[in-house]
Amino acid sequence: MNKISIIIKREYLSRVKKRSFLVMTILGPMLMAAMMIVPYYVTKLDKEQQVIEVLDETGIYYKMGSNETIKFDYVYSDLESAIANFDGNKYSALLYIPKPDMIEPTNAILYYSDKQPGNTVTSYIKDKMKYIYENRKLMELYGIDKKQIDDAKVRININSQNIETGETNLPIATTIMGIFAGFLIYFAIFMYGNQVMRGVIEEKTNRIVEIIVSSVKPFQLLLGKIIGIALVGLTQFMLWIVLTLSLVAVFQLSVGAKDMVSKQNTEIVHHGNVLVPENPTAAPAQDYDDENIRSLVKSIGDYNYTLIIFSFFFFFLFGYLLYAALFAAIGSAVDNEADTQQFMLPITIPLILAFILAQPIIENPQGPVAFWFSIIPLTSPIVMMIRIPFGVPVYELILSMVLLVLGFLACTWLAAKIYRTGILMYGKKVSYRELWKWLKY
Amino acid sequence: MNLLETHNITKRFANHVALNGVSISVPEQSIFGLLGPNGAGKTTLIRIINMITGPDEGNVFLNGEKLKKNHIVNIGYLPEERGLYKKMKVGEQALYLAQLRGLSHAEALKKLKFWFEKFELLGWWNRRVEELSKGMQQKIQFVVTVLHEPKLLIFDEPFSGFDPINASLIKDEILRLRENGATVVFSTHNMASVEELCDDIALINKSNKILEGRVNDIKYSYRSYSYQVEISGTDTLLKEPLNKDFQVFDESLQDGLLKAKIKILNNRTTNDMLSALMPHGTIHALQEIVPTMNDIFIAKVNADINLNYSSSGLTE
Repeated sequence: MNKISIIIKREYLSRVKKRSFLVMTILGPMLMAAMMIVPYYVTKLDKEQQVIEVLDETGIYYKMGSNETIKFDYVYSDLESAIANFDGNKYSALLYIPKPDMIEPTNAILYYSDKQPGNTVTSYIKDKMKYIYENRKLMELYGIDKKQIDDAKVRININSQNIETGETNLPIATTIMGIFAGFLIYFAIFMYGNQVMRGVIEEKTNRIVEIIVSSVKPFQLLLGKIIGIALVGLTQFMLWIVLTLSLVAVFQLSVGAKDMVSKQNTEIVHHGNVLVPENPTAAPAQDYDDENIRSLVKSIGDYNYTLIIFSFFFFFLFGYLLYAALFAAIGSAVDNEADTQQFMLPITIPLILAFILAQPIIENPQGPVAFWFSIIPLTSPIVMMIRIPFGVPVYELILSMVLLVLGFLACTWLAAKIYRTGILMYGKKVSYRELWKWLKY
Repeated sequence: MNLLETHNITKRFANHVALNGVSISVPEQSIFGLLGPNGAGKTTLIRIINMITGPDEGNVFLNGEKLKKNHIVNIGYLPEERGLYKKMKVGEQALYLAQLRGLSHAEALKKLKFWFEKFELLGWWNRRVEELSKGMQQKIQFVVTVLHEPKLLIFDEPFSGFDPINASLIKDEILRLRENGATVVFSTHNMASVEELCDDIALINKSNKILEGRVNDIKYSYRSYSYQVEISGTDTLLKEPLNKDFQVFDESLQDGLLKAKIKILNNRTTNDMLSALMPHGTIHALQEIVPTMNDIFIAKVNADINLNYSSSGLTE
């Protein structure tokens, strides 16, 4: 036992002291914090009001309303002089709506000088013009005020609620959370599993392994390495969480609490817009968004975070342990990293499969596909994490955890058999048949 | 008293038998040479003694006790395929390996300082292994092997990769370790070092032990009763007059000095040979031609091959 702890210490310290560990630890949270902070600045930048000069020959579109980002100034002259007098510093574009002879006045040209107006500007103008002209047609042809139609519109909301706990979840937030957790585990298994494999290959090509296994059992070396790297992974995740949170906290302090609230709102408004691809008008969409914000904010508070975080660390740890043993077995069977390809496939397939299945699992989180793949140890770390935010029966969770631990023990036992033969075998191209033989003695 | 004994060790791999009932006895405080061509099974035997792999049949006894895992502190092992972590610092790495052998941190540090000073490595303590020459890395591996002062030391090809100066440094250390009470087993292809160092040897060929014993005894048993003689004051070759009891070969005559190799037959003695030679001129030199370990090795392995050929020929 003491010798395993000496090995763990070396495996841990030699990696944590590396420059690349430091770089990753610092860069990781900066990237994550950037992912949270940059959208804030982007939306803030957009807030700068753009002024559009309008030359309306039809005389219909005189009441296009402005908002925070877009304002309309009307000019009354002919096109030629309007273009000649266009002030590029004051206006970002000139909107020309010609008066057509035969067809409906629904075409316009947007003249710009240095910057082409973005999609938001054109779609805003489109929405406004559409609203005004539709309104006008309804009034002229049918005598209906468009407001009446808007009043007649209803919106149906369906919130799913757990019968026992009363939890309500918004599918979009739940999906994001599940996919994110699943992806983190997928990423962690590959990253740290690869480190184990490279460590084994390093020991083999360095020819140090025989010196070590004359002092300790190969199994002790294997276990020490896997645990040492697991601790490296946990350290890195902890540091990432702490650093990310403190970066965001520092940012919040510097920007001020009030701004941050509006930042969160704008972010959520984005989600709202994703949900509603076609906004009939700007005004009702705003109400709809507010509703979404409220339920989203509410649902974020509704998750059982203790369960999610506990399961995350459990599935991360045992998922990693299971795969790390397999990665180590591969490392022991080859002489250099280039030869690992042929053996990587059986390991990669279940991991990638778990990810491909994410879509059907989210659509039916309690269905047979979701059930079986969250029970089978090779895919359960990822699939179960995707399912947990949707709510998983306790017995399924326990079954999955027990099977994962058993799977880990079985994999390690098998991997150790390959490992102890492989590490002492030099300069030999190994085939699957060879590995099978190693398993048997 | 034998420090190490193996009894009928057999080890089979999937496709072949690596060791076939091999027994060796290594006397305490001696240097034992384990010889054999490549692929004979030496490394497998050494790995079994180090408990890296287990035998399929047979037992290993250390100091009369059956080999157990806690005997590992009594063994120091320098493998043939040896290396170090390239990115790790020399001192840290030596400490790590010493601790794996069961030394405490403080003890390991004290002993390492002593050995590093002795081998002029102290200045390299905080350098990375990859900055060191191969010879220096070998020295560090040697230090780590002997550091915990084990009773039994096993060196697999200890001299490969050393320049002559460092090789003789290691040789002196091996001799000193024996003086201090250690027992050394080493495998090598370098027959000169066997004659210099070994008290006993075992020769393994094709999974079988084909020869074992004290080096002097083996050499004596392989003597051919041949002598190198030099005679001056003659201008004729010896062949004719000595033909009956003394077989003459490799004769040469130059500037009145006759050199010849003579093999004594029919239980005659050297004195008989001298009396037979005296009439031919003045005898300058007489020396027995002793077979080298190299000769014995080659002869024995070839004989083994021939034997195998003839026996397989018989079965057909």
